[in-house]
Amino acid sequence: MFILLGMPVVQIIIFGFALTNEVKNSKIAILDPSKDAATTSLIAQMEASRYFEVDQVIHSAEEIEPIFKKGKIKLAVIFPANFNEDLQHFNKAQVQLIADASDPNVANTLTNYATAVIMDYQNRITSDRKLPYTINTEMRMLYNPELKGAYNFVPGVMAMVLLLVCTMMTAITIVREKEMGTMEIMLVSPMKPFRIVIAKAVPYLLLSSVNIASILLLSVFVLDVPINGSLVLLVFESLLFTLVSLALGLLISSKAESQQTAMFISLVALFLPTVMLSGFMFPVENMPLPLRTVSNIVPAKWYYSIVKSVMIKGIGLHAVWKETLILMGMLVFFLGLAIKNFKIRLA
Amino acid sequence: MSTDKVITAEQLTKRFGDFTAVDAISFDVYKGEIFGFLGANGAGKTTAMRMLSGLSMPTSGKASVAGFDVYKENEKIKQNIGYMSQKFSLYEDLTVKENIRFYAGIYGKSDQFIKEKTALVLEQLHLTAEGNKLVKSLPLGWKQKLAFSVAIFHEPQIVFLDEPTGGVDPVTRREFWNMIYLAAEAGITVFVTTHYMDEAEYCNRVSIMVDGRIDALDTPEQLKRTYGVTSMDDVFLKLARKAVRSAD
Amino acid sequence: MKSVVVNNISKRYGSKKAVTTALRGISFEVDKGELFGIIGPDGAGKTSLFRILTTLLLAEEGTATVDGLDVVKAYKAIRQRVGYMPGRFSLYQDLTVKENLDFFATIFNTSVEENYDLIKDIYSQIEPFKDRKAGKLSGGMKQKLALSCALIHRPSVLFLDEPTTGVDAVSRKEFWEMLRKLKEQQITILVSTPYMDEASLCDKVALIQSGKILSIDTPEGVVRSFGKKIIAVKSSNMLNLLADLKKTELLEDAYPFGEYHHAVLKNESNEHELKNYLQQKGYPFEIKGTDPNIEDCFMALMKN
Repeated sequence: MFILLGMPVVQIIIFGFALTNEVKNSKIAILDPSKDAATTSLIAQMEASRYFEVDQVIHSAEEIEPIFKKGKIKLAVIFPANFNEDLQHFNKAQVQLIADASDPNVANTLTNYATAVIMDYQNRITSDRKLPYTINTEMRMLYNPELKGAYNFVPGVMAMVLLLVCTMMTAITIVREKEMGTMEIMLVSPMKPFRIVIAKAVPYLLLSSVNIASILLLSVFVLDVPINGSLVLLVFESLLFTLVSLALGLLISSKAESQQTAMFISLVALFLPTVMLSGFMFPVENMPLPLRTVSNIVPAKWYYSIVKSVMIKGIGLHAVWKETLILMGMLVFFLGLAIKNFKIRLA
Repeated sequence: MSTDKVITAEQLTKRFGDFTAVDAISFDVYKGEIFGFLGANGAGKTTAMRMLSGLSMPTSGKASVAGFDVYKENEKIKQNIGYMSQKFSLYEDLTVKENIRFYAGIYGKSDQFIKEKTALVLEQLHLTAEGNKLVKSLPLGWKQKLAFSVAIFHEPQIVFLDEPTGGVDPVTRREFWNMIYLAAEAGITVFVTTHYMDEAEYCNRVSIMVDGRIDALDTPEQLKRTYGVTSMDDVFLKLARKAVRSAD
Repeated sequence: MKSVVVNNISKRYGSKKAVTTALRGISFEVDKGELFGIIGPDGAGKTSLFRILTTLLLAEEGTATVDGLDVVKAYKAIRQRVGYMPGRFSLYQDLTVKENLDFFATIFNTSVEENYDLIKDIYSQIEPFKDRKAGKLSGGMKQKLALSCALIHRPSVLFLDEPTTGVDAVSRKEFWEMLRKLKEQQITILVSTPYMDEASLCDKVALIQSGKILSIDTPEGVVRSFGKKIIAVKSSNMLNLLADLKKTELLEDAYPFGEYHHAVLKNESNEHELKNYLQQKGYPFEIKGTDPNIEDCFMALMKN
């Protein structure tokens, strides 16, 4: 009853306040070799806006790739060596914006904001002059030059499918045995209880493997989403996430007494958070602290971030070892809890 | 027992595809009668009861219940009958009184009527003190007796009882039948199915269905005489053993 | 060695606030190869007892052994050697008859062929339907399949929880004939039922009500211990007759019993006085002495 009445309230609050596509305080990097009056004041203006927060200042073009791969920086602003001079002499200058387009929506929004700030600056310094200054912005979309939505949703769909198939179906089939009374007979047989459960989970493990394969094939050959990183690593991480999902399914099945309950728990406790908090629909960075904290216990968040790094950004285990360890920890924790809760008897 | 017919069935038939569940049964039930409706599992009892209570359309034949036609006036039939089964009876999470109110309300009884009769019924059941207790806290036997009282609360002409005493202890079973007798004396016709053969003896008349047909219909005494046996159990076994089909 | 020993078992359900007691200190023993009936109405605690003995539930108090093995400590070993048929039909409804049987044979590390002689009599009756889905079988056939599956590994003790509930008289008779035959194979059978008339088919019975055992004995022993004389009476108006019987001081109890009413005499020598009493009422009646049966005993025990 509480859930039925409370859910709409919670959802409205989450959607209304926390989950917005609006981008705030995004971490950016600045490469400013000229360090002149114009760049300083433009950077100051960028920092003054609520959209950006200068996270690091870099000193060479070589540093650009690595900082993006670390994943913290969403946008880099690159000034040429003699920005102010160009501006003063030719009334024209160049700025390059490089965005992490593995999330095309965020990349698009950020470059738009940045362009607006630059235009604003250009208009301000032009206002008392006859000949207008022109600041050209050149944009580069890193990882996803065409800003394809598929780059974003393929990892999201992978997380969701695995979760649905493994968690929900495992939970439901086991609970179904309880409902039908067949669990009762199976328990009074020499079959080891845990073998029953493993036997129930294996088909879904296989099924998910087929699902992962078909999603990847479709992505590569139909949607033109490349697999930039190691395929082996991607498959390994996917299996890891599948196992976490199975463990969650087992945990639910040990608690739920009816198929409806199992389904409801799977949906409310897993599916909704996955959709809302994994970063797939709404960027996690923009959520208020409480939600960001909650999002850390959503396994899909870590998996989603891994898939994006490996598949789209093409980076290796050295960059995702932290996420991988977290997923492994979750696997051990949930599996342990499921085994502890598994009943060798009826009540 | 009067000679007013409250149920008449003529060649009543129900087919599901090419399976004839109820095969041209004809019988009458009189007002205030306790009519036992026996048959092996799958003989067609449930289907026949569903047709008579307006829940299922017959394929062919004629039937009227409480003076209403089963084809055209099934809503009126529902107003004039009560129904109770072993499986569906009361809401476990409501109290005794709430259950009564709920069912009486469905049949459109006035608040005044409900209030007065509730007190009466609870007294008869010796449940006055338990009126505000949840039904699930009552022992099974009491639940069954309460369910019967609820089924006849709106004073229907006929009450259909589908295995009302299954699994009930022998003492409560007899108390239950005593209630059936009292209802019949008050003019309510009782149409009852049971697996207990001793209960068949308590009926005024008994019909025995075999393979969708009514193979025997008479008083228990006459049935025993006809088949030359000493108990209803033997009558039933003699008839039901002839059954060819065994599907449920 | 005793096949089943139950020692002072109690079982409660629910939290501290609302406790329902299913079993209150039950004890009994079952010999090897015995057909032991546990007879009582719904809610008497039969299913709880069976689940404790099949290691599915833990009792709060007391101990029990099956085949000499403790039901708590040696649950794995017990699960190897008992057959269990729960009250509710618990096979895979979307598998066929044959598939169900093969499946359970595999689970118990055996094959259908290995123990076919044991289930032959029962299984041959449903064999013509072996490709039918179990969910589409009639009640009687489901029951035969469930029994075949419970027997497939040649268990030493067979637990049948209300196998005949909701089953018509013909199928019930057939079922008990099957149990008789199984007994010849030296399998101990514990069977629960709410039908009192099935008691006479057991070697020994425990009458159970509200979690307590009222009596444990052979069916004949239970009847013998009734100790009172029962008179069967009938007339054309049974309701009036019952009312009159309830009024007289001569009787311990009077209740309907099928075609007749049973009148339990307080004193065996009072039969003649009862006849006189009824004659004064001025209607024709039939009266005869009769033997008590399990149901009479159960009611008498319930009232104590």
